[in-house]
Amino acid sequence: MSTTDQPAGKAEITQWPRATNTGHLHGDYFPRAARVALADPQLRRNIGNATTIIREKRGSVVAELDDWAELRAAGAAIKDATMADLGDHLERLETEVAARGGVVHWAADADEANRIVIEIARRAEARDVVKVKSMATQEIGLNEALAEAGISAWETDLAELIVQLGDDMPSHILVPAIHRNRSEIRDIFRREMGNVGVPAPDGLTDDPPALAEAARIHLRNRFLTTDMAISGANFGVAETGTVMVVESEGNGRMCLTLPRVLVTVMGIEKLIPTWRDLEVYLQLLPRSSTGERMNPYTTMWTGVTQGDGPEEFHLVLLDNGRSTILADPEGRPALRCIRCSACLNVCPVYERTGGHAYGSIYPGPIGAVLSPQLTGVADNPSLPFASTLCGACYEVCPVAIDIPTMLVSLRAKVAADPDSGDARERAVFRSAAWAMSRPQRWTRLLRLMRLGRFLARRGSFRNLPPPFNGWTATRDLPAPPDQSFRDWWTAQRDGGGDA
Amino acid sequence: MPDRQLVDTPFVPATRTSRQAILDRVRAATAGFEPAPVRRDYRQAGAHPQPDPETLLEVLIDRLVDYKAEVTQCAITDVHTAVTAFLSAEEAVRVVVPDGFPDEWLAGSTDSESGLVRLDDTGPLTVDELDAADGVVTTCAVAVAETGTIVLDAGAGQGRRALTLLPDLHVVVVTADQVVARVPDALGRLDPRRPLTWISGPSATSDIELNRVEGVHGPRRLRVVVAESG
Ligand code: SF4
Repeated sequence: MSTTDQPAGKAEITQWPRATNTGHLHGDYFPRAARVALADPQLRRNIGNATTIIREKRGSVVAELDDWAELRAAGAAIKDATMADLGDHLERLETEVAARGGVVHWAADADEANRIVIEIARRAEARDVVKVKSMATQEIGLNEALAEAGISAWETDLAELIVQLGDDMPSHILVPAIHRNRSEIRDIFRREMGNVGVPAPDGLTDDPPALAEAARIHLRNRFLTTDMAISGANFGVAETGTVMVVESEGNGRMCLTLPRVLVTVMGIEKLIPTWRDLEVYLQLLPRSSTGERMNPYTTMWTGVTQGDGPEEFHLVLLDNGRSTILADPEGRPALRCIRCSACLNVCPVYERTGGHAYGSIYPGPIGAVLSPQLTGVADNPSLPFASTLCGACYEVCPVAIDIPTMLVSLRAKVAADPDSGDARERAVFRSAAWAMSRPQRWTRLLRLMRLGRFLARRGSFRNLPPPFNGWTATRDLPAPPDQSFRDWWTAQRDGGGDA
Repeated sequence: MPDRQLVDTPFVPATRTSRQAILDRVRAATAGFEPAPVRRDYRQAGAHPQPDPETLLEVLIDRLVDYKAEVTQCAITDVHTAVTAFLSAEEAVRVVVPDGFPDEWLAGSTDSESGLVRLDDTGPLTVDELDAADGVVTTCAVAVAETGTIVLDAGAGQGRRALTLLPDLHVVVVTADQVVARVPDALGRLDPRRPLTWISGPSATSDIELNRVEGVHGPRRLRVVVAESG
């Protein structure tokens, strides 16, 4: 409590310009990780099916709205306007939340956010907390930090439960366990549920409704008895102090309604200025995300309501590298992202590799621009290259983030950064940056590499001509398919695929 | 130190330094950033053409059914019949009836008349009592035709949020005057300072091989009575 009177000096501010190293934003080099993924046929098949289905659903519900283009433009403009006055909006949100009985905390980085949440849990004497799926808390590695403090965090989203019980990592923003098939899920439930709580019912089959029922039974008592919940937020409305979470299963409602103490960790980019602005995002988000006109449940709350829901509400405002992105005019649009995952589902690279290859909890095209910016390019130098710059991500993005252009500028930053990889890798990045900075060059290069397919064994290159051999000397490079991503996409669209 | 030492004050952290630093940083970061003004040329609240009331209900019902809710339509004077039919079809006896739910929308004002065991929340009901209930009947605040969404605002006849969360069956009555065309129309009718729950179909998941399964944690059965006057 004694540090409060210490003024915020310049030196202090520059101590945390980037996301701290504790969370899940760093991975293996993308090409190496992608090699593993490409060699896993089930993963590729599941991801391929999932992205195809969601893409089609999205296309049809987006087509239902004849003002989609206008909504998209407004979605982008409102986020930009929010950023321009973010300081004021943050202060307004704080005032409104506090006026309604909530407590607002400010976390410069992951470590500070984790410390705050742990302290709240200690004061609430919570040994267990229930969690509703939240990318922000994954970003900061909250579950691990809580575990170190002796507090068990229980994920309640079905997919997150599968991931947590199976002790692995999410592979998609929206359907994080899509890499698991039903019999694996049954096996995980049978094996693990009993170790941590209510066991799986006897004779559990791999029928999806039976698996969903098993999750319902497993978690029910936990919802009814746990004192503290942790959530993320999809939006925070500055003018009213309202926080919003969208979900499907009802686990979100459980977490947001039943426990005595609620902690919401929200990135500072989640703000929107006014209540009315929600009319734009409530239309853009569900249609882009799950391809539904509206997701089954959306909860909105403002501070604490006497006799309804938690008695204590804490809102943790998280910077963790965001203010640094904000300062970069080229990178800034990434902060518009509403995490709908539409860009993943149209990405030919993501479709083939899945989310794990990106190494960060933010996968796909948005991850390729967001993760390196949050961590600094030196820590994630390969991600900006995990794209063919086909432009599909930009077209579907409901807030019009021009991801391809941002990737090109990030590639230039990697090439210029003396700390990014070793000398050979930098040479590759420079060449690739050159080649990829012009679509025609990249297309040409891909065609060249396609010829190399005859030389490749089992779908990966072992030896490439310079400068690419610097890369393949230490790892395989996924062989370009017979049809390049770009050709593939062009063919898809000409064939009347997704808008 | 301040002289007020409140033991039960929720934790207020010593992050004033970070607060000021974050605010300083975001202000410095966006100095001179002048984005294009926001243009709202999408369809706003009350945008024309507005569908006629018949179409509005038709679209709402179509969307609700699409999301696996069961729906009946009836005259406002017949709501009790429709509600009772849904409850008895599901063999729901112990039913949560929130404060303010109109008596005439149940088949009788006493348990013996209606054949129900009414659970009222004045106690309030414990989570275990709610969990053991067969169902809950409520009114709503607004319904959005285009998306098939019903919004609860914890007002009269709806009760606190837990009441519509723990029972496995939710029967909700929507009156025609509560139905709006689109999302922007709904926001204008809602008070953000109330706890709001937007419901579009029963609880669902697509987490297992992308198979949509109705019902995980929220009510697995959503039944909607759409009531028209006259
Ligand atoms: S970048 Fe755009 S499309 Fe991708 S997740 Fe974010 S908002 Fe959705």
